[in-house]
Amino acid sequence: MKLLKKNKKKTSLGDKIFYFCNGIFMIAFVIITLYPVLNTLVLSFNDGTDALRGGIHLWPRKWTLKNFETVLTKDNLITGAIITVARTAIGTLLALVTNALLAFIVSRKRFLFKRQLSLFWVITMYVNGGLIPTFLLFKGLGLTNSFGVYVIPGMLSAFNMLVIRTFMNGIPDSLEESAQLDGAGYMTIFLRIISPLCKPVYATVALFVAVGQWNSWFDAMIYNRMRSDLTTLQYELMKLLSSVTNQGGSVENLKNAAGAVTPTSVRAAATIITILPIVMLYPFLQRYFVTGMTLGGVKE
Amino acid sequence: MSLTRKKKEKVNEVPTKITWKEIKRQKVLLFWSFLIVVYGVVFYYLPLAGWVMAFQNYKPKDGIFHSEFIGLAKFEQLFHDATFLRVIRNTLAMGVINLVVCFVTAITFAILLNELQNNNRKKVVQTISYLPHFLSWIIVTGILHGALSGSGIINELLVAFHIIDSPINFFAHPKFFWPIVAFANIWKETGWNAIIYLAAITAIDPCLYEAASIDGAGRWERIKYVTLPGIKPTIIILLLMNVGNVLNAGFEIQYLLGNGLVKSVSETIDIYVLKWGISQGDYAIGTAAGIFKSLVSIILIVVANQIAKHNGEERLF
Repeated sequence: MKLLKKNKKKTSLGDKIFYFCNGIFMIAFVIITLYPVLNTLVLSFNDGTDALRGGIHLWPRKWTLKNFETVLTKDNLITGAIITVARTAIGTLLALVTNALLAFIVSRKRFLFKRQLSLFWVITMYVNGGLIPTFLLFKGLGLTNSFGVYVIPGMLSAFNMLVIRTFMNGIPDSLEESAQLDGAGYMTIFLRIISPLCKPVYATVALFVAVGQWNSWFDAMIYNRMRSDLTTLQYELMKLLSSVTNQGGSVENLKNAAGAVTPTSVRAAATIITILPIVMLYPFLQRYFVTGMTLGGVKE
Repeated sequence: MSLTRKKKEKVNEVPTKITWKEIKRQKVLLFWSFLIVVYGVVFYYLPLAGWVMAFQNYKPKDGIFHSEFIGLAKFEQLFHDATFLRVIRNTLAMGVINLVVCFVTAITFAILLNELQNNNRKKVVQTISYLPHFLSWIIVTGILHGALSGSGIINELLVAFHIIDSPINFFAHPKFFWPIVAFANIWKETGWNAIIYLAAITAIDPCLYEAASIDGAGRWERIKYVTLPGIKPTIIILLLMNVGNVLNAGFEIQYLLGNGLVKSVSETIDIYVLKWGISQGDYAIGTAAGIFKSLVSIILIVVANQIAKHNGEERLF
């Protein structure tokens, strides 16, 4: 009895220390995660030349909107923003419709080529032709230097399809059967019966695709390098970034010093504009991400 | 709905027989699947035909049908290229380092987060933790450049604590490159990767913890003997899935962070392909390097799967 009591007391002190340390760790984790983003926000509102002195952390020293003005008057950034919004909207819609349709087909119990069609797509997760053959293919199909390269090639993906399929498999077959007795065709079942039930998983996949579209820059760099009217926000941001880092920025710094705008501060403003939509929608949509991540983890 | 489910329910499905009646009944489904297969063949399987280029003295004007066939010469050229051997080393090293550190941090984070008593706090921390996952690598590398620059926060802190005397230019020293890449990956993905482990931990039967406590297990014993074994299947599945991706993990960040000074440690296979294939126009050598990468990935995933199978663990296929 004595021993047990002693043991209990010991663990509770240990517990206290543990909770304390764990709390400290979590606070440190949150700070490390948020600080860089907040610091960028602060820099974007701070006078550029003033920021060169350093020492700006969580509050601007010399407020200005100049940085945002500079960014918002750059033509290529405006073009980039328009194209990015367009590709996100169109790309997400296309991807959602096609992935949902494919998932619907392979989740029909009676479908004749259920297994073969699933396998056909799962293979694409592991084997791909690589950059060069893909590049030549897109060139051959006339997709280079066009808007289509943003939305068509990545439209269907095995991962997204599997996420939707897992969800659809959980819907009872009796719904489909009773609808069929009422004379509904497959398209009616897909649009009127299954899809309304799949709203949560559709939201998840739409979000995955939308974030991917919003963040992509590689396709703009590789396939549409020659078309400045098809540039994207992230690609423009990348060009801003590399112009700062590669040339040391010193010449540009001096040139812009009078205007109180430096490449660093402009970059901060552009970064904030780019992440703004994600950060603003994030608190409302984050639960869908979690759903998708857990659904996607289920193996075949 | 999680990976912890040990046994799959086996559904005894009898495939539907192919008859004219069925085909007629399913004509809508068949029509759409036909279109989808055409799309898949064009965008996913046709590029595989392009692998032929690696065995040819490929000339764009001749195309893959009329270019001269040269066998494995391009592969020989690849493996005699010191740069290529170096990019293999870089890709593997960074891939393995990232795989290991991301696994360890995500699992540790999930376990520690699960130990938080207050549910609201748990939720807030978790929500914040996976925010960086949604920022593009462009933004993450931009932030890193800022934080690690001469006047950045890291140098400021190091100087303030007298760890170093004067600011270091982190991007000028090859020895810092791999750790920076690993740290960036941890920063961006820890919270995101932890989601699935947290889900798995939540699925563990609370009775097990109670039983362990009654047997006198302390916190560390409970984590060691209940939590970790409970999420072991999840860990193994994710490990298997990621082993095949080890070579894929090396493009964006290295491309964006690399510079002339750290070229020897930053260049990966993908960057090599991009440089030789697209920029220099040597399609054959680029394709050969791509094939090498694909083959190694497939071998890795099959071997890992076999090892898991041999040890009676969960497996992918």
